[in-house]
Amino acid sequence: MSDKSHDPNQMTGAAMIVRALIDHGVTDIFGYPGGAVLPIYDEIFQQSEVQHILVRHEQGAGHAAEGYARSTGKPGVALVTSGPGATNMVTPLTDALMDSIPLVCISGQVPTHLIGNDAFQECDTVGITRPCTKHNWLVRDVNDLAKVLHEAFYVATSGRPGPVLVDVPKDVQFATGTYHPPRKSDVHRSYAPRVKGDATQIRKAVALLANAKRPVIYSGGGVINSGPEATKLLRELVEVTGFPITSTLMGLGAYPASGKNWLGMLGMHGTYEANMTMHDCDVMLCVGARFDDRITGRVDAFSPGSKKIHIDIDPSSINKNIRVDVPIIGDCGNILGDILQVFKAEAKKPDVKAWWQQIAQWRARNSLYYRKSNDVILPQHAIQSLFEATRGKDTYITTEVGQHQMWAAQFFGFEEPHRWMTSGGLGTMGYGLPAAVGVQVAHPDSLVIDIAGDASVQMTMQEMSTAVQYELPIKIFILNNQYMGMVRQWQQLLHGNRLSHSYSEALPDFVKLAEAYGGVGIQVHKPADLDGAIQEMISVKRPVLFDCRVAALENCFPMIPSGKAHNEMLLPEQANDEATAKAFAGGKALV
Amino acid sequence: MNQPASAYFIEDRHDPNETHTLSVLVQNEPGALARVIGLFSGRGYNIESLTVSETESQKHLSRITIVTTGTPMVIEQIKHQLDRMIPVYRVVDMTLTKRSIERELAMVKVRGEGEHRVEALRLADAFRARVIDATTESFVFEITGNTDKINQFIDLMRPLGLVEVSRTGVAAIGRGPEGM
Ligand SMILES: Cc1ncc(C[n+]2csc(CCOP(=O)(O)OP(=O)(O)O)c2C)c(N)n1
Ligand SMILES: [Mg+2]
Repeated sequence: MSDKSHDPNQMTGAAMIVRALIDHGVTDIFGYPGGAVLPIYDEIFQQSEVQHILVRHEQGAGHAAEGYARSTGKPGVALVTSGPGATNMVTPLTDALMDSIPLVCISGQVPTHLIGNDAFQECDTVGITRPCTKHNWLVRDVNDLAKVLHEAFYVATSGRPGPVLVDVPKDVQFATGTYHPPRKSDVHRSYAPRVKGDATQIRKAVALLANAKRPVIYSGGGVINSGPEATKLLRELVEVTGFPITSTLMGLGAYPASGKNWLGMLGMHGTYEANMTMHDCDVMLCVGARFDDRITGRVDAFSPGSKKIHIDIDPSSINKNIRVDVPIIGDCGNILGDILQVFKAEAKKPDVKAWWQQIAQWRARNSLYYRKSNDVILPQHAIQSLFEATRGKDTYITTEVGQHQMWAAQFFGFEEPHRWMTSGGLGTMGYGLPAAVGVQVAHPDSLVIDIAGDASVQMTMQEMSTAVQYELPIKIFILNNQYMGMVRQWQQLLHGNRLSHSYSEALPDFVKLAEAYGGVGIQVHKPADLDGAIQEMISVKRPVLFDCRVAALENCFPMIPSGKAHNEMLLPEQANDEATAKAFAGGKALV
Repeated sequence: MNQPASAYFIEDRHDPNETHTLSVLVQNEPGALARVIGLFSGRGYNIESLTVSETESQKHLSRITIVTTGTPMVIEQIKHQLDRMIPVYRVVDMTLTKRSIERELAMVKVRGEGEHRVEALRLADAFRARVIDATTESFVFEITGNTDKINQFIDLMRPLGLVEVSRTGVAAIGRGPEGM
């Protein structure tokens, strides 16, 4: 028998966890300690390869890990204790699942012999998180731990990325077993995401594209998830074909906002030209997007005359909401490469001049128009000023959820992928501030700004303390309209202007609050002071709460009213009371 | 359709429902069945029948047979959603293959005397049901067949003193030499 005490792969479960993190190239994790993870914290204490960022609430750890992941393309890692630590992770896990963000969460669990006994801080973590993870594991034997951890990283980052959770009982953390570095056999044989697209389908797609008269490319977050190569190929495809391109909220930055073929974002608060192009096109190429209900509007009137090509790595995204003509399952980058190759070899640039003329007419409607004022800051103007002030800088933007989020998407131009972090699928208020913490950890010298709302920002405000502790100079740019603006907008449009509980009563003094945390507070009321204040914010190398007082009753347009199609958008100049009432006419059932 | 005041688009689709039998080969590991069932409840799919058992113990493989109903688009979704689960090896739509055999086993308890008893036995014989328990006032029949046959048998037993039924749910397998 060999002497196991000298085998470097013999170690405790807790040591294996840290070792696996190192083996997967993890340099930063976000977490919060508690009884069921103390052995892991003890290991963290005794090493320096993995930096642990102590958050103030586990939800903050999850969103910070998401921000870290989205801004780097690497998996984000969170570490939480059992019971309440794990339940506090449910929101970020769900958020990451909806937006396909690779996240690895390690949770502590009560010792195996106590599982099922309602022990102190016990909860059925794998049961609770089963529907909000791509996969999860409860590890009952320390000798399974290495395999599970390696598989967890693989599952999170391969195929359609997503969150995974590994639940590790405390006795397994203490127990000694054998570790092994990552290897192929760690992964379920049943899990084999498809990468390469079917060649026949690719030829069909190229034939459609080559003969299109009124084409559009509609790209989504999948292109960004696929990696830099996919972004490069998407841009090349636009160049080679001359086609117009729009994108979902999640896909912003894959094609540059300054690019000449850019139509702006599509969907509920997308531009008129993007939505009309979608509606009237004859060939639609959907790359890495999923025909979400914020995108399609009324399903039976969605782009009625077009042939639709859909590239997605997840077969369950195909034909879920919209029937498509040419589905291609696989990795966006891989398939875009194949399409380009076939297109360049066999097709010539289609003539889409007439189509662009039509698009120019739609564009001339200027659907993002808003009325500026000298007395009060319009939120759209504030975003534009912020955008101008950060042009050419190494900037990352996160957001909360609400009107400010839509205005940020409409008015902030993204030139590169991974620069825009927003909660799209779940729409999680409180995402942006901790996400900014995560982004700043990954990019210590960059300018990281959370475009926030006065209500959302209070949901995870405590992470200001994290930012101060780790000297993360995040900028929280609050469009303070003193309302849950988006809720109020819907109440105005759909509920007879009865503003039930959407007023931000008893707002804190954000300047004092920033100071109380040890950060910097800036407040601005007047349009004339805005640019100077933004410059001050950017130059301060500390966390800033920027209280930007904006026009309280401004609403977000253009907009596709519920039950309407892309060609029935409500434009800002039409959004008077009467037109709005008509556009939203209908029953009053609540669904 | 008049759309109610809502942040969601309400769809007014009336595709007819179809019934499909799906065979799902999964890694037999803790939580695998919970994942499958959770998928159905979480996404609002129907389960008409569900049977599970380990079928290859060396490889730790279980076979789940699910009978479900939905529009063609929903059925397609269900298959894709099952297929993308990490421990799922294969999903086969037995209904689409049109070459599958489906069987269910039921145990049917009937209580009665005199003519009813005689009639019950006669019908059981016609349906090839076996008597697996008998008292002076009751029988338990064991019957195998497809779901329709079993439903029919149970309906016939009702007026003859049906007490209770225990059914296994549907198991399915393809005809011919090939495996799934
Ligand atoms: C956690 C959570 N709770 C509730 C909602 C519903 N919701 C969507 S937007 C919104 C109001 C956001 O207000 P604010 O942050 O001030 O942004 P504004 O719309 O005013 O820009 C609410 C309550 C949500 N998206 N997330
Ligand atoms: Mg607000």
